[in-house]
Amino acid sequence: MVEALLVIDNLHKRFGQVEVIKGVSLTVGKGEVACIIGPSGSGKSTLIRCVNALVAFEQGSVKVLGIEVNDPKLDKLQLRKHVGMVFQQYNLFPHRTALQNVMMAPIQVLKRNKAEVEAEAYALLKKVRLEGKEHSYPGELSGGQQQRVAIARSLAMKPDLMLFDEVTAALDPETVGEVLITIRQLAEEGMTCVLVTHEMGFAREVANEVYFTDRGVIVEHAPPASFFTNPTDPRTKAFLSQVL
Amino acid sequence: MNLIAAWFSHLNDTTGINFTVFYDQFDRARFVQGFLVTLELCGVTITGSVLMGILGAWGQGATSIWLRRLVQFYIQIFRNTPPLVQVYFFYFGLSALLPEVKNSLGMSQPLIGGFVWASISLICFAGAFNVEIFRSGIEAIPHSTLEAAEALGFTRLQTYRQVVLPLGLRICMPALTNNLVNLIKTTPLAYAIAVPELLYVSNQIWSDSENVPEMMLLLFIIYIALVGVLVFIMHRWERALRVPGLGL
Repeated sequence: MVEALLVIDNLHKRFGQVEVIKGVSLTVGKGEVACIIGPSGSGKSTLIRCVNALVAFEQGSVKVLGIEVNDPKLDKLQLRKHVGMVFQQYNLFPHRTALQNVMMAPIQVLKRNKAEVEAEAYALLKKVRLEGKEHSYPGELSGGQQQRVAIARSLAMKPDLMLFDEVTAALDPETVGEVLITIRQLAEEGMTCVLVTHEMGFAREVANEVYFTDRGVIVEHAPPASFFTNPTDPRTKAFLSQVL
Repeated sequence: MNLIAAWFSHLNDTTGINFTVFYDQFDRARFVQGFLVTLELCGVTITGSVLMGILGAWGQGATSIWLRRLVQFYIQIFRNTPPLVQVYFFYFGLSALLPEVKNSLGMSQPLIGGFVWASISLICFAGAFNVEIFRSGIEAIPHSTLEAAEALGFTRLQTYRQVVLPLGLRICMPALTNNLVNLIKTTPLAYAIAVPELLYVSNQIWSDSENVPEMMLLLFIIYIALVGVLVFIMHRWERALRVPGLGL
């Protein structure tokens, strides 16, 4: 068993009267890729937002590298230095170029040297295959390109854990591929990733463990080989029969 | 210069159209002085009210409920009362509560003079509107963009400076220009507390020279020019801030 990087234990989250997460536990080891799938409204996005404290939760424990997220004295900035996040709608800063988007956080948050950060930012944009687009504004890039800038922006903080929240859901089928290639490359390099996704084929290829959530609980989880070929829970079966 | 003076002097002799400021040295000097005071008043109040707007909009988003209430109270007071009443309030109300000081001639005078009071009250007046204008820009920024900054570890101040303000400013630029134009047109209120600005000196000139229509005409032209320059600068700024593909 590899060292656990993310440990979620009996997490509960409610929005007003509605309990959206009802006791979820999962563990992601260092260098592993966990995929969370499930129908809309099952609490997938809320779950990963709890991991970097974008959403506060009432009960349970989330530990990232031993940092307890539910600690009232939590240093959120310290936590977020370890956790990168990529969103469905890219959420780039539209008034800054691709290069500036990547450079902003290391300079502002980590107070790092500008020249050094700039060199790294060029390298990161090259890595996500956006060479030549450094000085384009987000509005001048396609959805797939913007999403890759967003990935580079997150990587610039040198996180230990990357969260992907339905990052291909807003893209057309053709550009989905170019984003997935980037994520796969990260996974292969040993980045610990938690992906909320509807890309079953991709989950099957890259995941170490696939989690199926429904109505706020993890119904079933298994390595992809057995999860996709041999689901045991009837709800998983019903869901997979519809999407595969 | 002499030619212009001679021409206007001739115009007065032949037609009675009397632009004293162009040929009479004394009138010209006080008119120019008044213009400079107006210019200074515009500069100080525009800068001050924009800063007030930025600070107030920041306060509106603060976690402290008392700070938010304070900003709200400030806006309600200065947006909902006439600016002339505000000027009087500062000059006659507040000023009376402050101690007097002796000037170099040994005479007592108020601690804060008319120009400063006029500046303070106009900054508060236009600032209240600027807070709301900035808020309109800030609230148009998608929440998800701010969430991204948060996830990257930006503090609230960093997010405000790096993301909220630059984006919000672009969105609210037309409204901001409008309010600053209004502010320039409100500066003659300083006349009411004897600040020797353009309208004040014009009044002195037309009282002495009995040339009200001519001075009125000049006033109109100068204010149109002042507002024109401001609008020109704001448009240039707006264009300089334009980002490709942002649609703002």
